[in-house]
Amino acid sequence: MKNLLGIEEIDRAEIEAILDRADSFAEVGRRDIKKVPTLRGRTVVTLFYEASTRTSSSFELAAKRLSADLVSVKASGSSVDKGESLKDTVATLSAYDPAAIVIRHPYAGAAQMVAGWTGAAVVNAGDGKHEHPSQALLDVYTLRRRLGSLEGRRIWIVGDVLHSRVARSNLIAFRRMGAEVTLCGPPTLIPRGIEELGCAVTHSLDRVEEADVVYALRMQLERMDDKFVPSLREYAAAFQIDTRRLGPRQLLMHPGPVNRGVEISGEAIDSPQSLIGEQVAAGLVVRMAILYELLAGRPERPTAIADGAAAEAGTPTIGQPA
Amino acid sequence: MSAQNLTELLDVRAGRPADLVLRRATLLDPVAGIDGVHDLVIRAGRIAELTAPGEADATDVEELDAEGLHAFPAFFDPHVHLRTPGQEHKEDVETGTRAAAAGGFCGIIAMANTSPPISTGADVAALREQARAQASVPVGFTATVTAGMEGEELTEMVELREAGAIAFSDDGLPIRSARIMRRALQYQRLCGGTIALHEEDPELSAGGVMHEGAVSAAVGLAGIPSVSESTMIARDAALAAYEGARIHVQHLSAAESVEVVRAAKAAGVRISAEASPHHLCLTDEEVRSLDPGRFKMNPPLRHESDRQALIAALRDGTIECIATDHAPHHLDEKEMPFEQAAMGVTGLETAFAALHTELVLPGVIDLALLVERLAGGAAPFDVPRPTLAPGAEANVALCDLGAEWTVGEDGYESRSSNSWCEGRTLTGRVLVTVAAGQVAYRLRSFSLGVA
Repeated sequence: MKNLLGIEEIDRAEIEAILDRADSFAEVGRRDIKKVPTLRGRTVVTLFYEASTRTSSSFELAAKRLSADLVSVKASGSSVDKGESLKDTVATLSAYDPAAIVIRHPYAGAAQMVAGWTGAAVVNAGDGKHEHPSQALLDVYTLRRRLGSLEGRRIWIVGDVLHSRVARSNLIAFRRMGAEVTLCGPPTLIPRGIEELGCAVTHSLDRVEEADVVYALRMQLERMDDKFVPSLREYAAAFQIDTRRLGPRQLLMHPGPVNRGVEISGEAIDSPQSLIGEQVAAGLVVRMAILYELLAGRPERPTAIADGAAAEAGTPTIGQPA
Repeated sequence: MSAQNLTELLDVRAGRPADLVLRRATLLDPVAGIDGVHDLVIRAGRIAELTAPGEADATDVEELDAEGLHAFPAFFDPHVHLRTPGQEHKEDVETGTRAAAAGGFCGIIAMANTSPPISTGADVAALREQARAQASVPVGFTATVTAGMEGEELTEMVELREAGAIAFSDDGLPIRSARIMRRALQYQRLCGGTIALHEEDPELSAGGVMHEGAVSAAVGLAGIPSVSESTMIARDAALAAYEGARIHVQHLSAAESVEVVRAAKAAGVRISAEASPHHLCLTDEEVRSLDPGRFKMNPPLRHESDRQALIAALRDGTIECIATDHAPHHLDEKEMPFEQAAMGVTGLETAFAALHTELVLPGVIDLALLVERLAGGAAPFDVPRPTLAPGAEANVALCDLGAEWTVGEDGYESRSSNSWCEGRTLTGRVLVTVAAGQVAYRLRSFSLGVA
């Protein structure tokens, strides 16, 4: 794997390899000294054209935990403000010969274009409404730890699917891991034709008790140049996940940041069913695993990584505490 | 009194009238009923005669061995963006008409959405003068329907026609207001001239960058629904019927639009329609690549069922002509993420070869239909149809239907390289174009071969 541009282009075995690697980093994270020398001397650039807390901080910390040199570029306050094109910015940063460029961009396909302009490995940290593969991987990781396997599990993704790259990447990833996915939201927020990706679509929470996992999406008010729902109050009345709608054996997830009281009620966020905190913790180890797979992994990853012996044999390469 | 020669309505750089014999060419002019192997004799820029193969007298004239090659009436493209004035870094009259000639076109109509738009008689006069100095093939210039393409008030349509505007169009933008649209149709009675329409309801298409459907849902790009096109065509067909006016619908892309045009024609509305090679050959599946250079345009590439509807309409005459919507853009405006990149692809140099490769060779349409529709854009603009009939002004495209070539390999005549065919291997190539009685183009390797 040279780049991580989308979940669309990686198969189940590759997903599982990254998750297995993340498991071993979780073990490192329990040590007193959480840093390993794996990427010492290599440079990771994060290039964020959009606001981010979770994704940028976890990629940055992941690079540091792996001992990489880190350059963080944000669109505001950089030459991007002066009108530099994406291509020229990437050429400039590539002159430092980075091992990886982690990019978030407001438009679809940006990461893929960057991959064509640089020799560095490119990680898509979100491109427009297209994909957010590291989010999907950390969500699958979180669920795998809680449920063992996603095979046959029923997952409902609820809310603003239209503006959500998380919905798209997660839909693909959940299905690839064997889960059945239902999308739920008002018709104005469900893109026409999305059922062709192999999911069910419903416009009501009436049967949400069927779900093993309820994945609530953020109402992306910042991406809406128009009113897609008559009011947030009415939207919340029909589509909010609250503790009345959420059964005791159902799990609740959300990619963050939450609009409290809109897509999820405050009590539901803090309920025992909520995995939201675990998702954030998973973000760090999964992003370490992604950087590791792209940069430190052998040119050809062993095909047998999924079986016990090979996975175990893989662990020592992470190295000793630095 | 209708025009006999292209140059009565269009402007071209004056050159030497051609004297040429195409020896043993396979001629095909479905409208004139010409189909067979002949010597085609051009003298003083006119089709002098068609003789039995090998019989023509070639004394004192150039002779081309055209055995195994096809000669068609040259093509006419009613929808080209020459980007002049204001965006000469994308294209100008010289490069754009050279691209047209290389594609076998003997005439084109240039759109008025330049920078600034062509809204005054002086603008039209200046462009016509430029064409007389630079154009390889005859060009007609449209003027905008509304001043500055702002959609607020009509241009001085009568004066624009007197200055030589061939037609009117706000192409690039729809005419949002039904009231303004109606006034333009009323004014047409005074000044004549087709009104060519880019049909799109901006309320429905706002923010969209590709066809709305399963692919846009999958890649997370905002969609342009097909009904944003068809509802506007329905509006304007109703207005044209009410005013007894005449409209030409540009770049039809959706099955719903085909239905509206078909119904309007059946009801007697004076409406004509065009489709572009890219809409006839490609679908929105291409956009999965997220490559704006080849696959971002407006109207967008649509579903396979839309493509099939366009092909059916081309066959039954609901769509009477093929128009390239040649829309050159500089690389800098295309080398950016899909949503940000400019809309449009070039098409003049590849139209015939692409349609021959994608539709004729697989047996979807026959060669005669393609040849007929590639010149079908003349009639809606009152331009005389190119023909091989003896006596006519010579407008001839000589093609090698077996030649394979890779698009872009030898660069482009156009100043821009945003061809939707970039990198494709096509079968069929234009070797020589005669436009308005002058040799406008020769493929270099071919002309060297016969020298």
